[in-house]
Amino acid sequence: MADAIKAIKKRPGAMTFGDATSYRLPPAGVVSILHRISGLLLLVLMPFVIWLFDKSVSSEVSYDVFRAAFAAGIGFVPAFIVKLATLVLIWAFLQHFCAGVRHLYLDVTHKVTKDFGRQSAQAVLVVSLVLTVLFGAKLFGLY
Amino acid sequence: MAINYGSKRIVVGAHYGLRDWLAQRVTAVLMALFTVAIIVQVLLPGELDYYRWAGIFAHQWMKVLTFVTIAAILWHAWVGVRDVLMDYVQNVGARLVLQVAAIVWLVACAGWALQVLWSL
Repeated sequence: MADAIKAIKKRPGAMTFGDATSYRLPPAGVVSILHRISGLLLLVLMPFVIWLFDKSVSSEVSYDVFRAAFAAGIGFVPAFIVKLATLVLIWAFLQHFCAGVRHLYLDVTHKVTKDFGRQSAQAVLVVSLVLTVLFGAKLFGLY
Repeated sequence: MAINYGSKRIVVGAHYGLRDWLAQRVTAVLMALFTVAIIVQVLLPGELDYYRWAGIFAHQWMKVLTFVTIAAILWHAWVGVRDVLMDYVQNVGARLVLQVAAIVWLVACAGWALQVLWSL
């Protein structure tokens, strides 16, 4: 009886945040959680995107404001912070986009083997990071 | 009307799971198409100044595609954030507050984006 109670007490129960941070995730799991994180980032940064769209496209005057935000800052926000926010935006978009394409590809082709899941997840991580570095270097004027 | 009695009666499921799953993919494809349309036009030869950038959004088909994309983002983001909140926020009251906040946030963003789009 005592053993039975002990066995019940040892059941893991609901997953906690502590569990989530201690699990060793496979690449597909990393892509999965990054899909959620990048999606939330895009949601939070949505007003920033609309602001960029508004300033860049509305008029020549607003276009100059858009350019100046990246060159000299806007209001109390220095240009570096504007560029940093844009870099986060670029990474979140690319990560979400690449992982989304993987999702659609898996759905359409039914390629649901363990191997392909791992390889495609690794490809998503590599492609989105490489593209982020390329766009980021351009953003910070490295080329 | 579909038969929903006897052996054909559906006793489980509201089926919004399938609808949301499909909506998530359809809206994703629409947003991907918009992304490709932007990238192709930006990469066309010539200096990318204000006139070329604004010119991209001057075409009627581009305005329509942008409008559809804004609607797609609204729907896609709602399905996504609802899934995340259902998974991580177990307190019903807190979840309701956050879900309402997400809806207000999304509708406000969509309204602002449409205001910008329609004043072009």
